Amino acid sequence: MTGEVPENKPMERAIRQKLVETLNPVHLDIINESYMHNVPPGSETHFKVVVVSDKFDNLPLIKRHRLVNDALRSELQNGVHALSVVAKTPTQWKEGTQVSPSPACRGGFGK
Amino acid sequence: MNVITGANRLKFNNCSIITSLWRFYASGSAENIEELVKKNKVVVFMKGVPEEPRCGFSNAVVQIFRMHGVTYDAHDVLKDEELRQGIKAYSNWPTIPQVFIGGEFIGGCDIMLQMHQNGELVEELRKAGIKSALLDKEQQMSKTEDTK
Repeated sequence: MTGEVPENKPMERAIRQKLVETLNPVHLDIINESYMHNVPPGSETHFKVVVVSDKFDNLPLIKRHRLVNDALRSELQNGVHALSVVAKTPTQWKEGTQVSPSPACRGGFGK
Repeated sequence: MNVITGANRLKFNNCSIITSLWRFYASGSAENIEELVKKNKVVVFMKGVPEEPRCGFSNAVVQIFRMHGVTYDAHDVLKDEELRQGIKAYSNWPTIPQVFIGGEFIGGCDIMLQMHQNGELVEELRKAGIKSALLDKEQQMSKTEDTK
């Protein structure tokens, strides 16, 4: 799961590292969705993360999202403009691994 | 040289009064946001306006509330940078849109979508005294089924 990210994706790497450290996920996807938005090619501004961790057990959705947001605080302040979060427990992940697609951009980036 | 003269002190005091007034009335202040989120049962901070959302995530929230037939206050953060930063600090949530129901922060687009899908949104609205239009539809459908 780790070690496959090329050098030229510093943000993706930072996100992966932070989430692995904080949440010790059994499954982790970091999807760069920047290409769907009004930003230059190769940007690392819009991400979706799929985090499966037993740290989410018995936590309501908002608290799970807060754990992810807190782990990525500095990334969110330094370049990550949009973050979509899928936060599941290992049991929920076994029940279904379907992740719905993010909505299409409507041009609001950078006003 | 470091002595503050009476006149300077007065100026300084006036300044701090103005600063605190400004803080109170500024759109991004916690006081102002607290007032905004309590003004209506449902309050949404979004990019663009409900008639023309400027972001897919904001649009998703608008569509969800449309399905539930919910009216709400919408605030366009693209028109007010101070509000945009202020709301993030107020709810300690890094992204827009942000939804408040009954004065409480509920979440962003992902959470709204999930709550819509698992039925929690209907319940959350009910707690705030709002009946989701989806419930009416369900009742109508079961009535039609009854008469069949």
